[in-house]
Amino acid sequence: MSAVRALVDLLAGRRDAASLAPREWDGVISVARAEALLGTLSVRLEGAALPAPVAALFADQRAAAEIAQRQALWEAEMARRALAEDAEFVLLKGTAYAAAGLSCARGRQIGDLDILVPWHDIGRAENELLEGGWEWVKPDPYDDAYYRDHMHELPPLIHKARDRMIDVHHTILPRTHRKTPDPLALVADAVPTTSGFAVLCPIDMACHCAAHMLADGDLQGGLRNLWDFHCLAGDFVAADAGFWGRLDARAAKHGLRVEVRRAARLARDLYGTTLPSGWDRHDPGDRWYRRRLLARDNWGGASDFLLQQAFYIRSHWLRMPPAMLARHLWTKWRRR
Amino acid sequence: MIDPAYRAAPADALRIEPLGELTAIFDRRSMQTHLVVPPVPEMLAAMAEDACDAAALAVRLAERFDLSVEGDARAVVAARLRELAAMGLVAPT
Amino acid sequence: MRHDTRIAVGPVQFRIGSDWARPIAALNRLYASYPQDPERPADATVRLFAARPWRRWLRPSVQIGGDFTVPDALPLPLAMGLLAAEMGMNLQVALGWRRHLLLHASAVEKDGRAVILSGVSGSGKSTLAALLGETGWRLMSDEFTLIAPDSGDALAFPRAVSLKNEAIAEMAARVDPARLGPLLAGTPKGDIRHLIPRPDAIAAMHDPARPALILFPRFGGAAAAVEPMGEGEAFVRLTEASTNYTALGEAGFAALTRLVRETPAFALSYPDSATGLALVDRLWAEAGR
Repeated sequence: MSAVRALVDLLAGRRDAASLAPREWDGVISVARAEALLGTLSVRLEGAALPAPVAALFADQRAAAEIAQRQALWEAEMARRALAEDAEFVLLKGTAYAAAGLSCARGRQIGDLDILVPWHDIGRAENELLEGGWEWVKPDPYDDAYYRDHMHELPPLIHKARDRMIDVHHTILPRTHRKTPDPLALVADAVPTTSGFAVLCPIDMACHCAAHMLADGDLQGGLRNLWDFHCLAGDFVAADAGFWGRLDARAAKHGLRVEVRRAARLARDLYGTTLPSGWDRHDPGDRWYRRRLLARDNWGGASDFLLQQAFYIRSHWLRMPPAMLARHLWTKWRRR
Repeated sequence: MIDPAYRAAPADALRIEPLGELTAIFDRRSMQTHLVVPPVPEMLAAMAEDACDAAALAVRLAERFDLSVEGDARAVVAARLRELAAMGLVAPT
Repeated sequence: MRHDTRIAVGPVQFRIGSDWARPIAALNRLYASYPQDPERPADATVRLFAARPWRRWLRPSVQIGGDFTVPDALPLPLAMGLLAAEMGMNLQVALGWRRHLLLHASAVEKDGRAVILSGVSGSGKSTLAALLGETGWRLMSDEFTLIAPDSGDALAFPRAVSLKNEAIAEMAARVDPARLGPLLAGTPKGDIRHLIPRPDAIAAMHDPARPALILFPRFGGAAAAVEPMGEGEAFVRLTEASTNYTALGEAGFAALTRLVRETPAFALSYPDSATGLALVDRLWAEAGR
């Protein structure tokens, strides 16, 4: 059995950890690391019957994930202090999941701090962050113009003392993307966490998770994003039986119905998410996504090169009109 | 310019270990280590848990260490407070 | 991967895969005397692979990867596969290990007590440790020394010592040629030849040692100089020498404050190896706790 399959089955709870041969863990651990899911797996298998070296490694990972998560939440706190009353902001992705105490946050690796700031506040937010010790990562004029004109976020900023990046988004998909979710609705309907941060409301959070995974990018790290979606759905359904219906309406409003439905089906196929009857169908196109998500060899390396290239080109196709795409790839290529 | 008032970190958030000429401060909220020199540890101790501005803190430090509040003590304290705020060890109220 | 092997160094079990047979054969020779447990799952995976498929044969060049990869790292020619493997192993430990505080330092042990030598490349810490390892000390590590957060003990990581440039001839004159790997000439780090640690050092690789002395050697200068170092400065320099200090949170902070408080530290500069060895012996006798 392939290691990536074993990983997915272990996360889904379909496979008993004790059924793995000691050396099967090699591949599972490498693939989990490559997919940024090792901390998640360590939490999922806490208390399971594991070979002693694996149990020790997983204990290390759980402790490290907890520390990393505090560091990530501290970045949010420092952004809050820097922005103070000048700009409202909403936490996105990993930091939001941790701040809201959602189940996918346990053991989850968190990269940059992602925040959503309404378009009209973005200039003020940029100034406050620059005064608060953040600085531009790339001084490259082409990249800078590209970000400002076409992307859904400011060029990345890094804090000069803490060496951590912040991505300031003004919407959740690039401005040139074929889908344009409504950023004002996202901010207006955000909800507070007990720690005093704002995060997207459940249906928007699920929409963003699906959009981020399927409409923005080439499905790199897709297994982790899909695990987020699976856990979000589980958490939100437990709190609100009408979640799926509300999610459907919200996805339609943002123009993300296709992505949200596909994310739900993929989560069902790989992680066993329970879907309501209207959602529980089969789409022949999903199989390419499943193959892309599972394209890892037993050494954690990327496999299925052509399929990856196809998804890479698709990701740019979705984001930009064709003439612009050609120009973009040309500029990038010339600078190699 | 008016000096803002700051609040120090809660006592249980910090682990403070003197290391010879330096003091190492571990902040459990940020998981960061800060290495500081006097008068920073004294300032943090004098702030305790209530909010205060540079002028009030300068007076407190003067009382504790039996110094007179004169010259640029307030300005020095204000500058250190701004650095501490950048490190996250104190927060503007 | 087409070829692979497993190596355990100190507490870390590696699995190393390669597109070519040669680096694996060279590793197997270098690590033949290390203990093997084929059933033990790997903590860290290294991959040596061709960046493009044709690079397996045509001017073959080795890309270093694994669980952690340095983006944009330049590949090495296949003849330097052993160096690629060593860099790959170091990379996985430096970026992935979380159980202990990792110091970029060499270490030697006597009577259960350790001398930790921390310094940048070129400081001579590897050469000093290798020489000490031939003269009554147990070589614990030439590159990484691990500090256990709970006990404060130093743990060994005795990979094959990476001898560079002048150190090659210096060691070759003293040890059995069977303990030396092939000469890798003209690598990006200069000439390199690996030295297999003495059998007793390999056999004792799981034995912890109490840190007794921390030294910050610097090769060069006209005369020997020794300068005691305060706890604060030692703390700062060791955080800089650690690749995982910030990732360990309070456990790392506690381990490091304890280490610098309990262990005397000195900066030393020395013009040649003989002087360096004499200084270590002198400080050991005078200050080692």
